[in-house]
Amino acid sequence: MINKEMHLREDLFSAKGGSASGGEGPTMAATRNGFGKGVVEAGRADARVVVLSADLAESTRADAFQKEFPERFIEVGVAEQNMATVGAGMATYGKIPFITSYATFSPGRNWEQIRTTIAINNVPVKICGMHAGLQTGPDGATHQALEDIALMRAMPNMIVISPCDAEEGRRATLAAAKNGLPTYLRFARDKTPVMTTPETPFEIGRAQVFWKSKNPKVAVFATGPLVHNALLAARELEGQGTGTIVVNVHTVKPLDRDTVVSVAREAGSVVTVEEHQITGGLGGAVAELLARECPTPIEFVGVQDRFGQSGEPKELIEAYGLGVSNIIAATSKVLGRNQI
Amino acid sequence: MYNAGMESLTDAKLHELQLRANDIRQTIIEMLAEAGSGHTAGPLGMADIFAALYFHVLKHDPKRPDWEERDRLFLSNGHIVPVRYAAMAHAGYFPLEECLTLRKFGSRLQGHPERESLPGLETTSGPLGSGISQAAGYAYAARMDPVKPLRGHGASGGTRQEIRVYCATSDGEHDEGNTWEGAMFASAKKLGNLTQIIDRNFIQIDGNTEDVMPLEPFADKYRAFGWHVIDIDGNDIRQFVAACEEAKTIADKPTLIHALTVPGKGIKSIEGDYLWHGKPPSKDEAVAFLAELRESRKAMLK
Repeated sequence: MINKEMHLREDLFSAKGGSASGGEGPTMAATRNGFGKGVVEAGRADARVVVLSADLAESTRADAFQKEFPERFIEVGVAEQNMATVGAGMATYGKIPFITSYATFSPGRNWEQIRTTIAINNVPVKICGMHAGLQTGPDGATHQALEDIALMRAMPNMIVISPCDAEEGRRATLAAAKNGLPTYLRFARDKTPVMTTPETPFEIGRAQVFWKSKNPKVAVFATGPLVHNALLAARELEGQGTGTIVVNVHTVKPLDRDTVVSVAREAGSVVTVEEHQITGGLGGAVAELLARECPTPIEFVGVQDRFGQSGEPKELIEAYGLGVSNIIAATSKVLGRNQI
Repeated sequence: MYNAGMESLTDAKLHELQLRANDIRQTIIEMLAEAGSGHTAGPLGMADIFAALYFHVLKHDPKRPDWEERDRLFLSNGHIVPVRYAAMAHAGYFPLEECLTLRKFGSRLQGHPERESLPGLETTSGPLGSGISQAAGYAYAARMDPVKPLRGHGASGGTRQEIRVYCATSDGEHDEGNTWEGAMFASAKKLGNLTQIIDRNFIQIDGNTEDVMPLEPFADKYRAFGWHVIDIDGNDIRQFVAACEEAKTIADKPTLIHALTVPGKGIKSIEGDYLWHGKPPSKDEAVAFLAELRESRKAMLK
């Protein structure tokens, strides 16, 4: 059942067309919209906050900041390497720059600039990668970032955050503005269910138990908007008599070691869920930790070493095996494996 | 503290700077020979400019490397950092002996400069082409903040002098797209507080720049990008100082000091030879090179 301590939205399970919800379905919003709100709030709270745009101000939602703080908004043109290095220079001076583009371009194209001038320099630039994941949809493989967590997770000094919904996107943006560290924030294009509320506790580096059944047998660690699919799967599994614990791992680095280990130990088997390649993302991070601390059978729900393609977000989630049924299947599979 | 006002260059000061450049060259040879790896030609070619920067042009204080009012010097082509380390040591940032730890385990003098390793470096560099945009970002950020009253002068007191940002770059790194992105940005934002000094020595690792990837007409490219360009002989300290002074008078454009330098300057047998771009002198070569530099110094004192 839902963990009441998390103060999640009551409509998060309402089905489209279902009677319980009046036929409305869960509240929907894009995580990038949460960024747009959060960065304006961060700008109000701290005059050092600046936003850089690489010719995508509307679609990254940086335009909200541009409207309120035109003098703190810097357009660099279609030049992500320049954006990262100009941002690094501004951070060296003492500003708190949010650099905004699509994740395939930033941190995709400008990875080395981020490594040398932000991470080695250890200056607090916030790399905001929009349109991450398959739900970027019709734009196709070139614009669907599925490797960005791996790219940023391998980098020393870098914090990696992948918010599960628009509200958490807002909170993560505000928290990143204050953490004083190089930070990657991953956002998605499409509207996805809002699960959290302003009362939901949020702290960088602290994973959250969103769901806990009695007598759980599987721990489901999920990140990004697919946390919602993990919750839908948990509810269905509970109905079938299989207990789970669903953990929202918004901070992939540093991974919340204590929560991941204790939840995995309690459940005894693990499924990871992410809109990212199965190599090097959340699944990789969890597996690396558990292999050392608490060896546990794991199944990985993620993109299986291939690129995306054009399509509607829903179609893509099903076609690439990231749907509720896939999470349920992974749960059965991991439970069917011989425990060591 | 050196030179808050950059007084005009007297003959005596010029002579002192020329001697400093010779001292810096000797230190470069000593540190590279001890390290057993590193770049020789670029640091020697830029010794005159770095002597002028650290002993005349820059407003800085070796005892307070984080002094808020200092001029900022970004080094984009990190591989020539031995010239910067040598100049900093001679200026008093750290003991001269520490130069011999270059590239060794545990040293603050990393093979390529690291901001967090040694106070007084503004950034980390080595991967080429990213310095000008960082310096431009810095200059832009500095310009965003209103000029603050100096501490202790009261609300109506004196004003802070604008921070000047210098960035040393190489010609070879202009093969990198990021360099030109930065050049466009600096010009678009009218960063008159930014001065780029390019070490135009016509060599890079694989050969002469015009063979590897032609850059000419180099200065005209920058003019077309909207920069104020000053052409100088980069081994002529008087010309360099005059160019830095001229740059301060240009308010609405970044300035490029297009400095034609001789790579390997000061060691006749290697001057202009691209093969000396990326290798250090052997111990035996170092003995001969140092003897040659000492002879030059003696001649200067006659």
